[in-house]
Amino acid sequence: MKRDPLKPKGGFYYYMQSTSGVVGAVLLLFMVIVSICAVFGWMPHDPLEQNVEFAMQGPSSNFWFGTDEFGRDIFSRSLDGMRRSLTVSVSAVSIAAFFGVILGILSGYLGRWFDQLIVRLSDVIFAFPAILLALAIVSTLGNSWYQTSLAIAVVYTPIFIRVARGPVLTVKEMDYVKVTRILGFSSLRILRKHILPNVTAPIVVQVALSLSWAILTESGLSFLGLGTQPPNASLGLMVSEAQPIAAFAWWALFFPSAFITIVVVGLNLVGDGLRDALDPARRSS
Amino acid sequence: MSFGERTSRILLSTPVLRIGSILSTLFGISIFVFLVLRVIPGDSIVGAFGIETGVLTPEQIADLKVYYGIDKSLPMQYLSWMQSFLSGNMGYSYSTGISIASLTAKSLPVTIELALIGTILGVVMGIAIGTFSARKPGSISDFAGQLFGLRALAVPGFVLSTTIVTIMANKFHYFPNGYEFVRLWQDPWMNLQQMLFPGLVLGIAVAAPVMRTTRSALLETVDKDFVRTAIGKGVSPRKVQSRHVLRNSLIPIVTMTGIQFGYLLGGAVIVENIFSLPGMGRQVLYAITKREYATVQSSVMVFAILFITINVITDLIYRKIDPRIKK
Repeated sequence: MKRDPLKPKGGFYYYMQSTSGVVGAVLLLFMVIVSICAVFGWMPHDPLEQNVEFAMQGPSSNFWFGTDEFGRDIFSRSLDGMRRSLTVSVSAVSIAAFFGVILGILSGYLGRWFDQLIVRLSDVIFAFPAILLALAIVSTLGNSWYQTSLAIAVVYTPIFIRVARGPVLTVKEMDYVKVTRILGFSSLRILRKHILPNVTAPIVVQVALSLSWAILTESGLSFLGLGTQPPNASLGLMVSEAQPIAAFAWWALFFPSAFITIVVVGLNLVGDGLRDALDPARRSS
Repeated sequence: MSFGERTSRILLSTPVLRIGSILSTLFGISIFVFLVLRVIPGDSIVGAFGIETGVLTPEQIADLKVYYGIDKSLPMQYLSWMQSFLSGNMGYSYSTGISIASLTAKSLPVTIELALIGTILGVVMGIAIGTFSARKPGSISDFAGQLFGLRALAVPGFVLSTTIVTIMANKFHYFPNGYEFVRLWQDPWMNLQQMLFPGLVLGIAVAAPVMRTTRSALLETVDKDFVRTAIGKGVSPRKVQSRHVLRNSLIPIVTMTGIQFGYLLGGAVIVENIFSLPGMGRQVLYAITKREYATVQSSVMVFAILFITINVITDLIYRKIDPRIKK
């Protein structure tokens, strides 16, 4: 089917034009499929099952990524760990984006004391290194997956506030928005019709980048022993558990690390691709 | 000029406003840290006694509450913490009995040294690779530089550290962090060896964004009119690069370095634990596992003060490199 040359091209078309976007999407898709397998239990072994007779074996046809010192299958554990990492970071970023965008838009639109308050509060949170703040919050909330998500969400909410607030400040001073206000349209309609569309693109890009940071924060917390608790599998925890045996069993360190790297690279590339596709100024024809 | 006008002019002048906003941010941080740590389900008593808390009599628990200072109301606890923080001893660490100020005096220099080494390594690597990448956009060297940027962003510090530890200790039998930590003034050579790998791990994390910023800033500046004019005048390419292009690209690079320095403090928490450097990061983590409210609060406050100081310094550097910002 030939496409109409006059029909404006959609965002998807521009996204597919960017090499990094396509590569990133493939990597990310792979990790999502892997996590879905873990959700349905489609793994060669039980990630918690210990098999001491098979301890510390290298990669083989039975154990694709080898086994750890308890004889647990590293491939299955990596799958399960990826599922956990993605669950935590997706829920954390969803919470952060939801509240961040609402607060950011309201703060930019309403202005005055409300804006001052929100900006000050985000400054307070910005004054901490992310992992330190997440660490403090997790240590108080506890470390089940939803508490970790909540801690990470608190850390990343101000970023969304800032990203959403910026465009609102510019757009609300535009003549066409002033006109709609003079014409008597409700604030809600102005927000929905004129302001929200202008905020969407930077938010979408921010979601991709924040997801990659959230994965790094989650695995960092687990590595320090404050995230997922053993015997459950988590990529950060697996790296930490591999520390003493890594010299004799490189696979125990390599595969979980590779999983983290692939998903973070994928998310960063997707972010780059989205930025190129959604920003008309960057579109290469 | 009336008196009132002059006062308001002084009050609204930039330095006063800045100091005011810094102080109000610090105040906000102190309340935030305080409140975050008070929603803890278990308290210091559980932290100190573990499962033996159950055998304590109510009187003993009440006495311990007085001892740990958690018998008072929240505002009173906040005030007494602030009082001890501002008076300089920052309260006491219960498990060691030492004042938090003297703990911090020992661990803060370690973290600052680590952060400085990391930043210097990171900025040097980042600017070098960024310049290298920007020389011929789209070339193989550009691709290699960008690939480094991406890898460095995506490999978490703890993975890199664990890998370095494993390889250095087992394959090369060289692992200075296996020995007890020595301070810079005790044995500078040993100290620098112990700082090398953790500094490198943090440096690589800093280098990636600095490299990206350098590259895009350079590419943007190269297209500017004044660069073309300089080339047209016959200024040597080396001089155009250093005096015109690099100098004008410095502002985004300095901004990025400032931001990264802050993140690096977070990275230090993890890296210090892997390389067993007795810095602030270990102090915080230890205090968190022991549920020592006062130590965590005070240490986190120190981190925040450090972070804000870096922002202020970044701001001052801008004015130095870009005279246009001076008002």
